[in-house]
Amino acid sequence: MDQQNIYQPYLMEIEKITEEAPMVKTFRLKFKNEEEGNNFSFHTGQFGEYSVFGEGEVTFCVASPHTRKGYIECTFREAGRVTSELASLNEGDTIGFRGPYGNIFPIDDWKGKSLLFIAGGIALPPMRSVIWSCLDKRDQFKDITILYGAKSVADLVYKDELAEWKERPDVKLVTTVDPGGETPDWKGEVGFVPTILDRMTPISENTIAIVCGPPVMIKFTFPILEKYGFADGQVYTTLENRMKCGLGKCGRCNVGKVFVCKDGPVFTRTQLKELPDEY
Amino acid sequence: MEKQLKILKYSDLSKLIEKFRSQGYPVLAPVRKGKVVEIEQVQSLDEIALDVLLSTQSAKKAAFPKVEKVLEYTLEKSGTKQFPVDPADYKETILFGVRPCDASGFKSLDAIFGEEPKDQFYLEKKGKSTIISFSCPVADEYCFCTSVGGGPGNTAGSDLQFTGISKEEILVEILTEKGEKLAATFADLLTDAGKDIDKSKFLADVKVVFDVDGVVEKTTASFNNTALWLEQSLRCIGCGACAFVCPTCACFDFQDEQNTKKGVRLRLWDSCGFSLFTLHTSGHNPREVQSQRWRQRIMHKFAYMPEQLHVVGCEGCGRCSRACPVDMNIKEHLTAIGEKVIV
Repeated sequence: MDQQNIYQPYLMEIEKITEEAPMVKTFRLKFKNEEEGNNFSFHTGQFGEYSVFGEGEVTFCVASPHTRKGYIECTFREAGRVTSELASLNEGDTIGFRGPYGNIFPIDDWKGKSLLFIAGGIALPPMRSVIWSCLDKRDQFKDITILYGAKSVADLVYKDELAEWKERPDVKLVTTVDPGGETPDWKGEVGFVPTILDRMTPISENTIAIVCGPPVMIKFTFPILEKYGFADGQVYTTLENRMKCGLGKCGRCNVGKVFVCKDGPVFTRTQLKELPDEY
Repeated sequence: MEKQLKILKYSDLSKLIEKFRSQGYPVLAPVRKGKVVEIEQVQSLDEIALDVLLSTQSAKKAAFPKVEKVLEYTLEKSGTKQFPVDPADYKETILFGVRPCDASGFKSLDAIFGEEPKDQFYLEKKGKSTIISFSCPVADEYCFCTSVGGGPGNTAGSDLQFTGISKEEILVEILTEKGEKLAATFADLLTDAGKDIDKSKFLADVKVVFDVDGVVEKTTASFNNTALWLEQSLRCIGCGACAFVCPTCACFDFQDEQNTKKGVRLRLWDSCGFSLFTLHTSGHNPREVQSQRWRQRIMHKFAYMPEQLHVVGCEGCGRCSRACPVDMNIKEHLTAIGEKVIV
């Protein structure tokens, strides 16, 4: 990548496509230029601008953990112009990637603590990177609990990994689907994420909670965490806002004086409370 | 460097442009295009509209063009290929006859594009531009440069500044090393000026209408003053004209253009006044109504930029007010913030 031109993407080959759920796919991307791939590194929580040439760029997190080298993955739902084009591509096709951008989940600061991951719907991908980064250094943390909810059984993403986490003795996984979204053979919970969280009676002591999900889920999850004694500094989330450059210049993702692309996307609830209502 | 003063004859201006041209410098200057005055490349003095108060568009496009290619690629069966677009591919250019507010407007852009990671598309062009501003002998009711730290003879951002001091003579201020280097190429047209020339006699009288520190302080504290932003923006139709004529607005968009074989990615001016600017694919919009977008415009320039980049994002040129199709007047709005808002 030309260091002079900060808007020039890496060329990436789509190595593998996984159908996660209706309209949701995961791409495994390999650097076309091996040297660029070898020099590339990122940290969990960071994001990038993925481009379909001719359509433009779209912003997602890197969904793979930073502890796995040689490739990156992204998971996206077909929703707008660029994601629709992305979804129509095949293995072997080329896309662009600029990044990594933004701040990180400070997982090194979480050593010795228990971790409670709470994700809803298509927000598991940003968290998946954190989950695997922590699982890859499993002995550094105490209990790891994952609560994941989706609209329906079909909408759950990373089904293979959910099965893997379910099997692991060192992870407690709770999956839930919205009422009406269950199938006859569904063995998980039925109910919205905040309701299930309340039922789990989470322990806040020496625990970090990481919450990613649609705004309505976050809105109802925070009070439950508060009820169980989670202080604002113990709660992390990621924000998303429309972006173009990802570098703090194009002027649209700011929440007050804070640029989500540069100062975020990871924020503690303490930081979130200081932000004006503009996200 | 210490400022040097010289005299240039009006009758030699034509020779001056010829000299620039013969040295191979592209010269950008205000040019009449029907009812508007654009900053365009010129070949000779007679094309230049030196008598206009202010060009319709600001001079920022010299370093931050309306449309600019940032990527070039081909689509082949064997895979997409990219061809480098070199930000350094830009000739040393002379920006001639712009006003002091345009010259100093670059400091906002310098701050935004100069922050890490640096935007070389802007920095290369800016670095290769030598700015010759003309001080303002007249101003109009929209001008308020003196209220935001500028003035009709402000030299900040200029490499050279010209001031008409009689019908025959121009006072030339050599302000930077870049200006000195350029002035050396037309030294034969210059004579020494006396030290006792009072430049201010030849400048427009622009009254200070508000205290900028007060406006910055009050704007910073006013995010949640919904009534203020609503009252100020009721007329706003979100057309974005203000941003497109502004010398300091830097927001941009990317768009791809391609045929079946090749394409380009373009960087284009954008405006925070547009509802689409922040619209999420989900339909959610953090700045859903026009008053929130107006708040962003004012707060970006008078709260966020002063705090984070140590520069007020406004030069008081008044172009936004002149261009506004519904007669919003930023000078009045800022004055109102200064007077009415209680912190």
